[in-house]
Amino acid sequence: MIRPTQVPMREQDPKERIRNFAEVPLGYTPEEAIAEAERCLQCKNAPCIRGCPVQINIPKFIRELREGEFRAAITTIKETNNLPAICGRVCPQETQCQAECTLGKKYEPVAIGRLERFVADWEYENGVEIPAVSDPSGFRVAVVGSGPAGLTCAADLRRLGHDVTIFEALHEPGGVLMYGIPEFRLPKTIVRAEIENLLKMGVELRLNVVVGRTITVDELFQQGYHAVFVGSGAGLPKFLGIPGENLIGIYSANEFLTRVNLMRGYLFPEYDTPVKVGRVVAVVGGGNVAMDAARTALRLGAERVVVLYRRTEAEMPARREEIHHAKEEGVEFHFLVNPVRFLGDQGKVAGVECIRMELGEPDESGRRKPFPVPDSNFIVPADTVIVAIGNDPHPLVPRTTPGLKTTPHGTVVADEEGRTTREGVFAGGDIVTGAATVISAMGAGKRAARAIHEYLCSRYGKKEG
Amino acid sequence: MHRIVRKRVLGPNLVELEVEAPLVAAKARPGQFVIVRLHDKGERIPLTLADWDPREGTLTLVAQMVGKTTHQLGEEYQVGDAILDVVGPLGNPSEIQNYGTVVCVGGGVGIAPIFPIARSLREKGNQVLGVVGARTKELLFWLDRMEEVCHELHVTTDDGSYGRKGVVTEPLREILASRPVGHVWAIGPAIMMKFATRTAQEFGVPITVSLNPIMVDGTGMCGGCRVELEGQAKFACVDGPEFPGEQVNWDLLLARLSAYKEEERCALEQYLQVKEGRR
Repeated sequence: MIRPTQVPMREQDPKERIRNFAEVPLGYTPEEAIAEAERCLQCKNAPCIRGCPVQINIPKFIRELREGEFRAAITTIKETNNLPAICGRVCPQETQCQAECTLGKKYEPVAIGRLERFVADWEYENGVEIPAVSDPSGFRVAVVGSGPAGLTCAADLRRLGHDVTIFEALHEPGGVLMYGIPEFRLPKTIVRAEIENLLKMGVELRLNVVVGRTITVDELFQQGYHAVFVGSGAGLPKFLGIPGENLIGIYSANEFLTRVNLMRGYLFPEYDTPVKVGRVVAVVGGGNVAMDAARTALRLGAERVVVLYRRTEAEMPARREEIHHAKEEGVEFHFLVNPVRFLGDQGKVAGVECIRMELGEPDESGRRKPFPVPDSNFIVPADTVIVAIGNDPHPLVPRTTPGLKTTPHGTVVADEEGRTTREGVFAGGDIVTGAATVISAMGAGKRAARAIHEYLCSRYGKKEG
Repeated sequence: MHRIVRKRVLGPNLVELEVEAPLVAAKARPGQFVIVRLHDKGERIPLTLADWDPREGTLTLVAQMVGKTTHQLGEEYQVGDAILDVVGPLGNPSEIQNYGTVVCVGGGVGIAPIFPIARSLREKGNQVLGVVGARTKELLFWLDRMEEVCHELHVTTDDGSYGRKGVVTEPLREILASRPVGHVWAIGPAIMMKFATRTAQEFGVPITVSLNPIMVDGTGMCGGCRVELEGQAKFACVDGPEFPGEQVNWDLLLARLSAYKEEERCALEQYLQVKEGRR
């Protein structure tokens, strides 16, 4: 008899957790994990694998987990995914592997993400096996950016025996995993541990190097790199472009989250970077970043946090789990509203003038397009506003790399395998797709690593190390 | 790690530091800046480049001790000590061309970044007229270096303790009234740049200013440094830091600079108290 529902994962109590930055879901015990694994039907056609951007052999790792072979399970996952502790936490499994799960047609799908997290955490506690590295190929590859795309690409290239250097603009590696995703959703010790493993494999990491400024892609080639992977992400915050947006107290989500996550602003003045949160915080947007910002604001002591989203809950791009967590914690939601103007008081933001929206026909994203309702303006008082409406691709590398074609949106033109319009230059992740998910960036980094390997072998022939 | 190889006190709360940063020194151009983080609990602060030496692989930075970080840098960091992070060169370089005659205005700590711009303009064949000013004599520095690269140098102090009594816009106005000038550069406190811009505008001479809003990453990621040019938001770190002065919304810049005034005061007071206690 199959259990129709997933084994629940224990979580920190909402009343408790809004006063700390510790992780919210607490993970499965081995017994819970095995009980959940036993729900898997072990389908021969394994539809779940089709839903995984990096094609983890899901039935195999679940079978191993079920038999208590945790080491074997993590080895299976790591054949195609080198960052499972991260993916187990931040992947939108409900729209990927779990959406394809056969069990999900009748009952709740197998909690694949939670199982992935369980085995990754088990490995973390019981000693990580550093993947074997092939004999030196003699080729050098520069990886620009140490976010999910860059880390994945670097790991795969290193396994194939290439000499890999990652260039990171900030003072800590990890990209969005460090500056963007909050501690309560992705503990930074996990990100650091994953990067540590990469270094143990022999990947070189150069921090504080802004490719496009400190060094250009052309100069990387001059310095003897045989190929370059650009994974510089979508780091440029979008703003609404409405009056009053530069008032004090209006942050981009990037700035707000960077001050808190990367600069530890929540520990000011022990740490030197301040972050200010008022009594009432309005967050504009409906994605995961908006949820992260809203929940962070609560933890910094805001009395009220209101999310303003122009469509309805059904169209929100944020993961259901994150919306649920935000609601549990007391975040309020105003749906079908759009800011038209920010109101100020002595240079500081005091409120958001919004207009009500209604939904029309579906647009190119498949979601119903919102239209303003005439004369429906109203004011949401707020003394802090966080704009979380997405990011544009970072322009520095494309702007300083001749021959690298970009789209009108500023994304780098690349094929499925990451090949750009310039020989030897590959790209993947948000810099190619525009802002997307951690796992899709990892998938792109993986495919690009394979393409770079093929390119190096065919362009230069096998080289002896 | 970036070792401090030379340090000089230029005046009260004013220090000059030469710091190892070979990658940055190799690439630096006038008008660019670096982001500096002193230690692992430190904030990231932008400092405009005052000079650099690609052969020695060093940068020269001039810092005015106004907040906790700059106090710490000026008072605690000595020759041989290392700064944890130095990133750059960031921002777009100055547009150095032959404009004919140019006026380079440096106010206060802004004398430092105007120097390499004046030097490059001189090398490009411009007639370079320098105007530098400070509140008082003790806050003036690098007059010798400016003398070397300027055909003429005008010096002002607010209190008349050195050079001419008054502010930099006065000699600027006289120069603009007396001869044709192709371009003006002004770097200094926002309020000084605002008034230098007004003066240049009166004579219809284009002016470039270097904006210093609050920044976090300095690479285009946070948007905290947004400034308004002709109603359009720009990021000072990637679109600037230099902009045409005529287009800048000065009042907005001045307001945004004060966003963390309370926190800055709190951090500084706490720092000074702890330091006092250690004595």
